Amino acid sequence: MERLLEIKNLNIEFHDHDIPERVVNNFNLELAKGEIVGIVGESGSGKSMTAMAIAGLLRRHDMEKKGEIIFEGKELLHASRSEVRQYQGDDIGMIFQEPMTSLNPVKRIGWQVEESLRIHRPDMSKEERYRRAIESLRDVELEEPEKVYRQYPHELSGGMRQRVMIAAAMICEPKLLIADEPTTALDVTIQLQIVKLLQRLNQEKQTSILFISHDLSLVKKLCHRIIVMHDGNIVESGSTKEVFYQPKEEYTKQLIQAIPKLEKLIL
Amino acid sequence: MKKKLLNQPTFLLGTIITSIMLLMTFIGFFYTPYDPTQMDNSNKLAGCSLEHIMGCDNFGRDIFSRVLQGMGNTFLIAVATVTIGVVCGILLGAFTGYFGGWIDEVIMRIIDVIFAFPSILLALVFVSIFGTGKYNVVFALGIAFIPSFARIVRSEFIKYKDMDYVKSARLAGVSDLRIMFVHILPNTMTVLLSSIMIGFNNAVLSEAGMSYLGIGVQPPDASLGSMLSEAQSYLFSAPNYAIFPGVMIILLVLGFSLMADGLKSR
Repeated sequence: MERLLEIKNLNIEFHDHDIPERVVNNFNLELAKGEIVGIVGESGSGKSMTAMAIAGLLRRHDMEKKGEIIFEGKELLHASRSEVRQYQGDDIGMIFQEPMTSLNPVKRIGWQVEESLRIHRPDMSKEERYRRAIESLRDVELEEPEKVYRQYPHELSGGMRQRVMIAAAMICEPKLLIADEPTTALDVTIQLQIVKLLQRLNQEKQTSILFISHDLSLVKKLCHRIIVMHDGNIVESGSTKEVFYQPKEEYTKQLIQAIPKLEKLIL
Repeated sequence: MKKKLLNQPTFLLGTIITSIMLLMTFIGFFYTPYDPTQMDNSNKLAGCSLEHIMGCDNFGRDIFSRVLQGMGNTFLIAVATVTIGVVCGILLGAFTGYFGGWIDEVIMRIIDVIFAFPSILLALVFVSIFGTGKYNVVFALGIAFIPSFARIVRSEFIKYKDMDYVKSARLAGVSDLRIMFVHILPNTMTVLLSSIMIGFNNAVLSEAGMSYLGIGVQPPDASLGSMLSEAQSYLFSAPNYAIFPGVMIILLVLGFSLMADGLKSR
């Protein structure tokens, strides 16, 4: 399969204290087109930092980044802001953990969904943008997309907002979607719906997904491969089956044991 | 949203007062019952009558006509002042709040220095350099008004720049300028609007104060402040001369204060 994203020896260090703090240590990853890779680990294990580095959001001056992030043959980690911006929103989309705060409260949904088009397809007509936005909203299984298009974020529920976020991230049909704990703030039934939605989008549009979560049961349902992180290090990686049924490391075993039993029965 | 606002008694009352005042100002631009500068010796310091409903001043000029004209001048100066303050304040506040760093430090310290001067004193300095007149007053007051708006906008931008939706806009490849003025600025409007109204009040009062000191609108043109200043020698012989311009200032300020209050408590 064709390789989309390659991360080589990614190191991220904070220098805002006397002793530098390393939050990601020698992270390596290869992601093929159409593949879903899950990164799991407890809070503070560096998984979100890795995601932000790929998305080009880590631009603090007190931070040292080493290594390479190669997206379709282009190095992004040390590229300038304007170079990275070409990719952001167009080839790389991202959805966040908190659907309640990730939509602008004073702008209509449609306007926000269309924003990437306005940036990356400036010659597209207004009607075409509207058509694409409605299509995108329908794609994420929102009922009455024409109505949602004209609504404000406070009129939608958490699950609907997360769908809107996915619609906005997917409107330019990115090759890579980074989902940073997209289900954490939602209740269990909605979580499952969102995961199924991601699965469907992956199959229909061949979007690669980097799914970051600490919910192993969801990761198990969705991902082809899993990377387990702890304290900034990769503990274990392999196909979902391998990691779940023949875990090699003690930490992975503990994580799997920590899945609530009842949920395990249902899934 | 509009409907809810108008249901609020303070906002409604403020809107009514302000619209009446604005209407009078507007009419004053095109029509006054008498020529505001026409003197009439037989009517010196005349009291209220049917011909002159607010009476006449020490030169026999119709006070009602002069109040109408004066409100126009006062209003124009206040609007121009607030516009200068708001536009410069938004620009400075947005850049310093969004980018931070040493530029922020430098600009904010300069703004602190301007803020430390009483606005009247600052205006006096300007006027003594550039001479008296409407436009110099607008310029001087405008600069004196920049700091308060810049601070408000800056603190709002600091609050919003790390919100998730700003991050996700950045992630969609939106440029910094567009994030600042299209994504963040509309969020600051509630706070900004009520401070614009308070700023407008301060501008009306400052203009009145400046004209009272004789450095604002120059005679024979009228402004509410200059009328008050002329009226003070006749406080006991012709109280109506001072009362009517004073009441107009109070109403103008009260209307906007009530509106600002209604906006805030929403």
